[in-house]
Amino acid sequence: MIELRNITKRFGTYPALHGVDLAIHPGEFIALLGPSGSGKTTLLRIIAGLEVQDSGQVLFAGEDVSARKVAERGVGFVFQNYALFRHMRVAENVAFAFTVRRAKTRLPKAAIAARAEELLRLVQLDGLGKRYPAQLSGGQRQRVALARALAVEPKLLLLDEPFGALDAKVRKDLRRALRELHQKMGLTSVFVTHDQEEALELADRVVVMNAGQIEQIGTPDEVYAAPATPFVAHFVGETNLLPAALFGGDGAATEGGELHLRPHEIAIVGPGTVGAAEVLVANRFRKGAMWRVEGRLAGSDSFVEIDCPADAPVPAPGDTIRILPSARPKAFSKVPSDSSPQVSDLK
Amino acid sequence: MSAPVSAPTATTEGPLARFVLISLALIFLLLFLFLPLLAVFAQALRAGWGSYAAAVSSPDALSAIKLTLLVAAIAVPLNTVFGVAASWVIAKFHFPGKAALTTLIDLPFSVSPVVSGLIFVLLFGAEGVFGPWLRAHDLKIIFAVPGIVLATVFITFPFVARELIPLMEEQGNQDEEAALSLGASGWQCFRHVTLPNIRWGLLYGVLLCNARAMGEFGAVSVVSGHIRGETNTMPLHVEILYNEYDFVGAFAVASLLAGLALVTLVVKTLLEWRFDLHGTGARS
Amino acid sequence: MTTPSPTLALPRPRWRQPSVLPGFGLGLSLTLGWLTLIVLIPLSAIFLKTAGMGWAEFVRVGFSPRALTAYRLSFGTAAMAALVNAFFGLLVAWVLVRYAFVGKRVVAALVDLPFALPTAVAGIALTSLYVPNGWVGRWLTPLGIKVAFTPLGITVALVFIGLPFVVRSVEPVLADLGHEVEEAAATLGASRWETFARVILPAIGPALLTGFALAFARGVGEYGSVIFISGNMPGRTEIAPLLIVTRLEEFDYAGATAIAAVMMVTSFGVLLGINLLQAAARRREG
Repeated sequence: MIELRNITKRFGTYPALHGVDLAIHPGEFIALLGPSGSGKTTLLRIIAGLEVQDSGQVLFAGEDVSARKVAERGVGFVFQNYALFRHMRVAENVAFAFTVRRAKTRLPKAAIAARAEELLRLVQLDGLGKRYPAQLSGGQRQRVALARALAVEPKLLLLDEPFGALDAKVRKDLRRALRELHQKMGLTSVFVTHDQEEALELADRVVVMNAGQIEQIGTPDEVYAAPATPFVAHFVGETNLLPAALFGGDGAATEGGELHLRPHEIAIVGPGTVGAAEVLVANRFRKGAMWRVEGRLAGSDSFVEIDCPADAPVPAPGDTIRILPSARPKAFSKVPSDSSPQVSDLK
Repeated sequence: MSAPVSAPTATTEGPLARFVLISLALIFLLLFLFLPLLAVFAQALRAGWGSYAAAVSSPDALSAIKLTLLVAAIAVPLNTVFGVAASWVIAKFHFPGKAALTTLIDLPFSVSPVVSGLIFVLLFGAEGVFGPWLRAHDLKIIFAVPGIVLATVFITFPFVARELIPLMEEQGNQDEEAALSLGASGWQCFRHVTLPNIRWGLLYGVLLCNARAMGEFGAVSVVSGHIRGETNTMPLHVEILYNEYDFVGAFAVASLLAGLALVTLVVKTLLEWRFDLHGTGARS
Repeated sequence: MTTPSPTLALPRPRWRQPSVLPGFGLGLSLTLGWLTLIVLIPLSAIFLKTAGMGWAEFVRVGFSPRALTAYRLSFGTAAMAALVNAFFGLLVAWVLVRYAFVGKRVVAALVDLPFALPTAVAGIALTSLYVPNGWVGRWLTPLGIKVAFTPLGITVALVFIGLPFVVRSVEPVLADLGHEVEEAAATLGASRWETFARVILPAIGPALLTGFALAFARGVGEYGSVIFISGNMPGRTEIAPLLIVTRLEEFDYAGATAIAAVMMVTSFGVLLGINLLQAAARRREG
């Protein structure tokens, strides 16, 4: 069980983290999701011991490890740019953790070589031990970095945007491999990403962060379908931001004067429907199984994005259409403004 | 985002280790770099400003200064033009033998200064390859100013090219290609696009070339004949004064050269600072 | 004459890749012309002269006892100085890249001083420091250590001369290394010393070696900064370049050229070695 209590960290005058609390259960796969500058990498590094927090505690199984150096924390860390030792062969990279152990716990050479080969087999790189990192592809290097981190038999595996620099196909394969490894070895893993698709696909729980604070912690489903704040609604999945009075409501009954609707929560209705808003279609394109229609709200500069099923006639650029929400707009439990939260009931 | 380099992280040495390392480095540099520099100025002014001024303005000193400036005024522009041409060819084009050409350009660097002087003696000395021909036409190269100029040109040959080649390689061809696509001629392209891009590297290369041209000793010593008032450059004059035990005089002239070195370093630091500000091609 | 059939005519293969940029012809002619005139022809004089000497004569003058002593001295002191510079140069590069301290900018600028300062100036300055009553000499004389007019003095001068080579070689590589590999080593359990010895040092090894070799090559041929502090005693403190000058003053051109040839071949050998080493490292480590 890993606990973070009230973690604060500044870099000079820049507040990177502000009162962050998080509990990670054994065996979980957690994603720290957020834009650049949200503090997610800083948080990860604090857990590892690569940064020291200004205040707050880091607890491993109830014990405060804040004073412990990184080499003593027993965490495996996979770096964004792999950080492989370029002058060592792949097998030597992977075996590094074994070779720096104190004499007492150090294994004989043959055992070390065997363990290294075992780890390479785990990441499907067996036979490549004699190569140098420069001779491998990006995806292979990432696997080496993974195998190397696993050599410390970590309680906790931390990954910092591990798939950022790779092709889409390679990324997919590695994501699958990581998930399998996590389950097979019973690891507890935390990984940082700005790619919400990745987070939703891999994680048991997603921690959405913004500007040094946690916006929401929840399962991928919770975070997508029940966003707690406007930021989460916009960062996870796509959301349209519409003025509250748009559909003829009295405005006062909604959150801070704004409506948040996802593209598939808007329906195109016939002319003359009460309360419908007018949209001038500017563009449309295929998006997987749906058509995405983009248009400008009549009388304003804001764009609306609407998903239409492909089996019905789809509006073309230049058409004027009418829209109504087809789902209940979001009600946020945490609102930046101080207006009292109310749910509007529009039909 | 990782913390800036100088901030202590969990992976740097403890403060005690850092203090020891910094102190050790500074003591070493103090002993080997700073003290000699200080010594030059201290010894030059040991007998007061009057003696200093007299030493620097003696007729022999003045003619040495004049000769040094003349030699630099010839060698530096010539090698600059060459350096620019060579870097243009090497950095912007692909052709077989490119690596060999770069190595050849570096040759004067790897040759001892004395040997650099020797080769010109072998060519143009009294018993050299062209010796009889020169004597027949009453031309003197060795033990005369032309020899000094030649030796200096040889020695400072690579400086400008060495600075420009990596710089131009890093900058690539894109700017020039853009200029050409907009209708510029070759010379316009060079004047308006390439030259501004390389101007700081060029300046630094010229400065280094000049510092070496004015300060060269070994090669010039071999070809000059040490004729006071005629074939003595400033470094040679320093040697003569020193060997005559005129220490104040020697250090006084030396201080002028040291001053030049300091100016070169200051300009270099400013240029590097400027590079960081403008981001026009990283300099290591 | 028949008209050529309108088939695809592939361009004749050119010896260089075609480029849009102009000025290749002019630039190359200028470059090669100046290079030949100023560098290649003069340098060939050495080999012409040695070729004309005959092998026996070459060995007699190029490897005479006095010459051998001079080589031993030149190579020995240069190697020693380069070693000192390798150690302290690494230290200086480390401190400049990793730490922040007062006056760092000044120090970084000063490192290049041996490049910019004329060798004769350095020579007399160092001599004035290390003679028995000089600023440094006076501390060493009571300890029985003589620097000026001994091989130790030569080594000191060569340390000054070679200082920037190691620092300039190592600094960019060290800066490029970044922190990630060190952090990786730390997460894998390595102590600070282990990280330095097994991760950082091997990574900068080639650069360190290059700096060492450059400082060595420069030290072997150095003249101006050494002749003042060495005392120039034949058999004791006579460096090889000085021997060349002496021979010249005796009009013994053959002797001078033979020694010069030996020195040149050695320098080229060293530099070739560096280039090969660098190429091998680059191939392996990308």
